[in-house]
Amino acid sequence: MKLTINGKDHEIDAPPDMPLLWVLRDLLGMTGTKFGCGLAQCGACTVHLNGAPVRACVTPAAAASSGTISTIEAMAADPVGRIVQQAWIEADVVQCGYCQSGQVMAATALLRENARPTDAEIDAAMSGNLCRCGTYQRVRGAIHLAAGKLSKEDAA
Amino acid sequence: MNAPVDLSRRRFIVAAGGGLVIAFVVPLASRFAIAQEQHPESGPQGAPPAPPLPQPNAFLTIGSDDSVRVLLAHSEMGQGIWTALPMLVAEELGCDWSKVVVAHAPAAPAYAHTAFGIQATGGSTSVWSEFDRYRQVGALAREMLVAAAAAEFGVDAAQCRVVDGKVVAGRKSARFGELADAAAKLPPPSEVKLKERKDWRLLGKPTRRLDARAKVDGSAVFGIDVQFEGLKVALVARSPVFGGKVKSFDATAARAVKGVRAVVEVPSGVAVVADHFWAARAGRDALAIEWDLGPQATLDSAQLKADYVARAATPGAVAAQAGDAPAKLAGARSVLEAQYDVPFLAHAAMEPLNCTVRLGEGTCEIWTGTQFQTLDQVAVAKVAGLEPAQVTIHTPFLGGGFGRRANPANDFVIEAVHVAKAAGLPVKVLWTREDDTRGGYYRPAFVHRLRASLDGDGSIDAFAATAVGQSILAGTAFAAMIKDGIDSASVEGMADSPYLAGVPHRRIELHTPSPGVPVLWWRSVGHTQNAFAMEGFIDELAHAAKQDPVAFRRRLLKAAGTKGKRNLDVLDRAVEAFGWKQPLPDGHGKGIAVHESFGSHVAQVAEVSVSGGRVRVHRVVCAIDCGVFVNPLTIEAQVQGAIVYGLSAALSGQITFRDGRVVQSNFHDYPTLRIDQMPKVEVHIVDSGEKPGGVGEPGTPPIAPAVANAIFDATGQRLRSLPFRFGA
Repeated sequence: MKLTINGKDHEIDAPPDMPLLWVLRDLLGMTGTKFGCGLAQCGACTVHLNGAPVRACVTPAAAASSGTISTIEAMAADPVGRIVQQAWIEADVVQCGYCQSGQVMAATALLRENARPTDAEIDAAMSGNLCRCGTYQRVRGAIHLAAGKLSKEDAA
Repeated sequence: MNAPVDLSRRRFIVAAGGGLVIAFVVPLASRFAIAQEQHPESGPQGAPPAPPLPQPNAFLTIGSDDSVRVLLAHSEMGQGIWTALPMLVAEELGCDWSKVVVAHAPAAPAYAHTAFGIQATGGSTSVWSEFDRYRQVGALAREMLVAAAAAEFGVDAAQCRVVDGKVVAGRKSARFGELADAAAKLPPPSEVKLKERKDWRLLGKPTRRLDARAKVDGSAVFGIDVQFEGLKVALVARSPVFGGKVKSFDATAARAVKGVRAVVEVPSGVAVVADHFWAARAGRDALAIEWDLGPQATLDSAQLKADYVARAATPGAVAAQAGDAPAKLAGARSVLEAQYDVPFLAHAAMEPLNCTVRLGEGTCEIWTGTQFQTLDQVAVAKVAGLEPAQVTIHTPFLGGGFGRRANPANDFVIEAVHVAKAAGLPVKVLWTREDDTRGGYYRPAFVHRLRASLDGDGSIDAFAATAVGQSILAGTAFAAMIKDGIDSASVEGMADSPYLAGVPHRRIELHTPSPGVPVLWWRSVGHTQNAFAMEGFIDELAHAAKQDPVAFRRRLLKAAGTKGKRNLDVLDRAVEAFGWKQPLPDGHGKGIAVHESFGSHVAQVAEVSVSGGRVRVHRVVCAIDCGVFVNPLTIEAQVQGAIVYGLSAALSGQITFRDGRVVQSNFHDYPTLRIDQMPKVEVHIVDSGEKPGGVGEPGTPPIAPAVANAIFDATGQRLRSLPFRFGA
């Protein structure tokens, strides 16, 4: 099957039910997307499929073959993802960091849809992303910070 | 202050590629006898000599490119030492902070914990245990760079100043990188002068993490991300009951799965080795295994709790006593009695357990997120038939540890070596979330029975507590630390509670049953359950004495004198910042808890409401006194995180057993706190100037009792069992 990931086409030989997560990690060596639960419970594997956040651990690669996939590795070059990453660094969000690829992907998708989310909207959009280190308060802060940066960029 | 430097403990190495390398040779402490010397010259009989480790004990390397490379003797698992330990070096060195690069040290004796004697990360010790060593490393390098500059400038060293990675004297200036080679050839100073706290420029200032960029762009490498040519992925089918063994298995269907390369039996079960995770999982699913489940097959949580409750009413080993509490309570007019209990808990780090192994001729390479390099190295050597020095341990970032990756039984590490050995292939053994949740090594379940009597003016006259729960140290290499039947971790924070210091009759007893559940330290260890029982019961006593819970605690802490002072100070700060006397919204309640652990003192005030049987924690105001502190930004983060960790347990965390099997499996039935449950957390640092204490764990113990006490304030219901459940 053919997969379009971060603007690049890949020809993949994989079982049809193999989740996108393991294609990314074990076949393509793209390890930024993390395995946390395998049940769409934790959000560590969040990627974008046609711009929308999906859990790669339960998305069969075959189901993603007709769309475009973006992963954490592409976010530094993404106009919103780049700002989110910068806000994450400034707000000193990360601790162990394992869930943060997924957090950044979910936050980027949120800010594309909603440029000025409230705390409640942040909670609703981010409640699928677990963090055992407990970075949630700074995640909220960083999303507000990124929203501010994005609106400044728009005004400029 | 002048810090004398013991020359016998120190050595300098000229790096092969030039530059100044500061290294220490630290004799192994004898506290844990298991730590083993490395003998790089001689291997076991017939085995080739172990390969020498590159710069086996370098702590700091200054390159000719001005880079300042700091090696960590401890593992970064979120707690922020990737930033804090380099801050200690940089403060003394006076380098340009932007030139600092950090890496984990290899497993080698030089990196042994200054207090534990083995290379390890745990007990919230990394910063205080390295507070002098890492500053001395920086100071030594600075002195040598200054000496090199003075020689080059033709001036006295006293005329030189260090400014942001340069040595300056008058109009002359040289970068560290230009001086490094010359500095490395100079004799080391016999003593170094460490800066006074008032002169610090970096320490004590909020400093952003050095690992942030790599952790937001996906480039940070965790153990699970290790990959190299030829590496296979393995999953292990383990006994559904602890201690069970494989009786027989049929691997025909598993071997038929495309991508499966080997199916091998190992001591812990049957491993399926495949080209990738998905094939390994399909292969494991296809295994037919008959188990000999063993005696644990009848393990049942409800029965176990009933057994603990029964034991709690019988005399146990005495952990602490004064006066005659039993007699006093027997003769008291009224005795307040309560039972508190907590369940087993999984650590549930975000990165599931994993370990990568590559065996070679007389070598073994391990890549794993571990908190226990020395013990892993020794255990791996035994399984691989090598000397410890022939085992190389690579420590990538840890996707959370919380104690699970510091296992004296080295379970996930040695299992992977067994798989690699049996399969004859380099393997990454990966645990699914279900494997991780059901794999054991839990925070032990405990039951506490507490009794106390009050005298006429509402002071505690007699206090007795009996704790029932498994010992973490029993059966491990650390078992010698159990004294007179008391594993101090089982009673920490209770036997030595400052609340009891002024109580004339007191007695703490302990029962240590052995139900066969693998147990382990879980963020804040015994303090988790003991603070819950103590702070809840003290709250009950305050209400029995018809006193405000804060006023009651203040009186007890004052009676404890110096033993209670730091707790009193954080209590006062938290109460003031919260506005204890201010009215709350209708239906809201407030609760307080204060607890000392790991050398730090923490008070928390929680504001909650309860509706439809669900607890909502709105706000937590926390004050922490961790003594002289390094990075306030990290302290705030660690306290927030410790509160989240403790709240997850208090609101929903429990591991239970039915027919010997773990009931829970993944985040849907072992739920942890989500962002929409996150309270607003305020962290206030109380600067006592005392010696540095821990930061990673001390924020966890007070949160469950603070919330329980707030629930009582809001609803009148006293919840003494975790996780919180409301009666009908």
